[in-house]
Amino acid sequence: MTDFIHPALLFIFGALPIPFLKGSIRKAYLLLIPALAILAVVTMQPGSYGEGRFIGQDILIANVDKLSIVFATVFTIMALIGTIYALHLPRPGQHVAAFVYVGSALGVVFAGDYLTLYLFWEGMAFASAYLVFAQGGRQAIASGFRYLMVHISGGVVLLGGIILNGLSTGSLLFGPMAGAMGAGAYLILAGFMLNAAVPPLNAWLTDAYPEATVTGAVFMSAFTTKTAVYVLARAFPGTELLVWLGTAMALYGVVYAVLENDCRRLLAYHIVSQVGYMVAGVGIGTEMAVNGATSHAFAHILYKALLFMGAGAVIYVTGRRKLTELGGLYKTMPLTVALYMVGAFAISAFPFFSGFVTKSMVVAAAGLDHRALVVLALTMASSGTFLHTGLKLPYYMFFGTDRKLEAREPPRNMLVAMGIAAVLCMAIGVFPQPLYALLPYTVDFEPYTGVHVSESLGVLMFTALGFVIFLRALDPENTISLDTDWFYRKGARYFMWIAERPLARYEKAMSEVSETAALPFMYGSARAGLRLDLNGVDAVVNGVARSALRGGGALRRLQTGVVTHYALAMIAGVIAATVIFAVVWR
Amino acid sequence: MIKRVVDFFGDEEYARQRRRLFYLALVLIVVADILVFREHAEYLWERLPGWSAVYGFVSCVLLIFVSKFLGHRVGLMRREDYYD
Repeated sequence: MTDFIHPALLFIFGALPIPFLKGSIRKAYLLLIPALAILAVVTMQPGSYGEGRFIGQDILIANVDKLSIVFATVFTIMALIGTIYALHLPRPGQHVAAFVYVGSALGVVFAGDYLTLYLFWEGMAFASAYLVFAQGGRQAIASGFRYLMVHISGGVVLLGGIILNGLSTGSLLFGPMAGAMGAGAYLILAGFMLNAAVPPLNAWLTDAYPEATVTGAVFMSAFTTKTAVYVLARAFPGTELLVWLGTAMALYGVVYAVLENDCRRLLAYHIVSQVGYMVAGVGIGTEMAVNGATSHAFAHILYKALLFMGAGAVIYVTGRRKLTELGGLYKTMPLTVALYMVGAFAISAFPFFSGFVTKSMVVAAAGLDHRALVVLALTMASSGTFLHTGLKLPYYMFFGTDRKLEAREPPRNMLVAMGIAAVLCMAIGVFPQPLYALLPYTVDFEPYTGVHVSESLGVLMFTALGFVIFLRALDPENTISLDTDWFYRKGARYFMWIAERPLARYEKAMSEVSETAALPFMYGSARAGLRLDLNGVDAVVNGVARSALRGGGALRRLQTGVVTHYALAMIAGVIAATVIFAVVWR
Repeated sequence: MIKRVVDFFGDEEYARQRRRLFYLALVLIVVADILVFREHAEYLWERLPGWSAVYGFVSCVLLIFVSKFLGHRVGLMRREDYYD
């Protein structure tokens, strides 16, 4: 086991001492664990670790190959960045939750069987929900409960799928779905798609992420959806359904982002959009497409965390999150603006930023697979991405109307974390080869061709032209947008209404009927029964008993014990018998 | 240095320069798109120079107005206390 230390264990057991540490010792410890985890991932050798049997099934705790290593690499890097960003927190709770969350995500990434996967999957849901609850306040707690309920439901669906699939295939080992898709496989797919936030199972994400703590949202943006992309890439590459759902998702997120007023909810809708590229890439399923999906997940974790950190810094400093209440912060927060913009260029796939070398691989793979419609839709979504995260959000948050807010740069640890993420976003964009070398398949793709650069810049900069011309149409409005969470938010209310009104009325009417009619009748018949029992049945029984008693007493008197009495009785008996014989027999 | 760059994009006094630079960039991109060497084009539109500029602009406008239509006319946008 020297060539493999499970990084999930480092995080989960590493979380235990955090509450007992204080001050700078705690800070040093918090940085040490992710650093050790990065080291563990960098030095690990491909292979199978922790094989065994449990309830008659083959178990494989860790299956290490190129696909799991690339996800584990970015997860551990992200854990370090997120921890630095959260280093100023005075209380240990969120650190513990974040570590358990990261550990569970890593557990899923290495899981070689469905049981291990399921355990860590649920661990992720609970640990991440804490990051929403920790925000406190009515809205966050309500949203945290919804988040938990949705994920537990998803977990149950997944478990059902695992059992059905295990029964039909005879194995719980986690790998590409073989053969025709059965009911079990579809249930597993649904469980995975819920965590990937594929519409209509997406609303938990945009509901919960904006309500999480400033530092918690940074972790959330990185792990849940990307572990889902990972498990989809492992189990369902080449599933046609995913191509179309992924493409629809890419546009879905962009459309909602136009309507959004809450800065982090806008960014959350862009997670839906960007994960759409990855889901589509997994669905196309060619080597290049899976490489694209994987590398895009890698780049996405870093730039999306950077964007969430930027928005979080603004919320931390100003206490405001609505675009209608923000503006004019560029004077007081220039570093935050610059770092945020690096993330924005990266997500928009500007040349020399990370998105350019990863997102374009998915689009190119769709092109090579002769899917013109997918190419056009994904290109349109790219335009929308720049429109929102690169133009609308920074314009209304940092520039635009000056609301004279009191602001300053966020604490240094936040800036350092954002700086690291920004450097990585640019480094991947300029030198994509180290990332390409990590990918599961050999990369045969050159992002920096003249056509590709000029086309990307054309799409992006003319999007900017559209933004400048129609700026007023984009003004944020003080509204919220209905999404599929309507069904369980309003639906639950209608359910309660039905429970409280018609059902409760029916119940009341029934109890009235029983009180006014049924109960008196029952009491009456019970009383009649009692009388019958006392006067009838009991009288007969008592009478018989009394007669038997009396008869017994009389008979007892006959037994005198005097021999002559018995002799006399016998003689009387013989005479009587003779008389009867003489009379009857004749 | 970073502050000066950020100020350039924020301060009103550079508005004119900003606009000029922006239009210059747009022109350069279209010119570059005409000049670049197109080795293999999968689809018809990839052979049209300047296609990406048109598509980017049309996408942006479509996204803004279709979304706002869905928000206002179809009723996706609601008052903030809708769920309360």
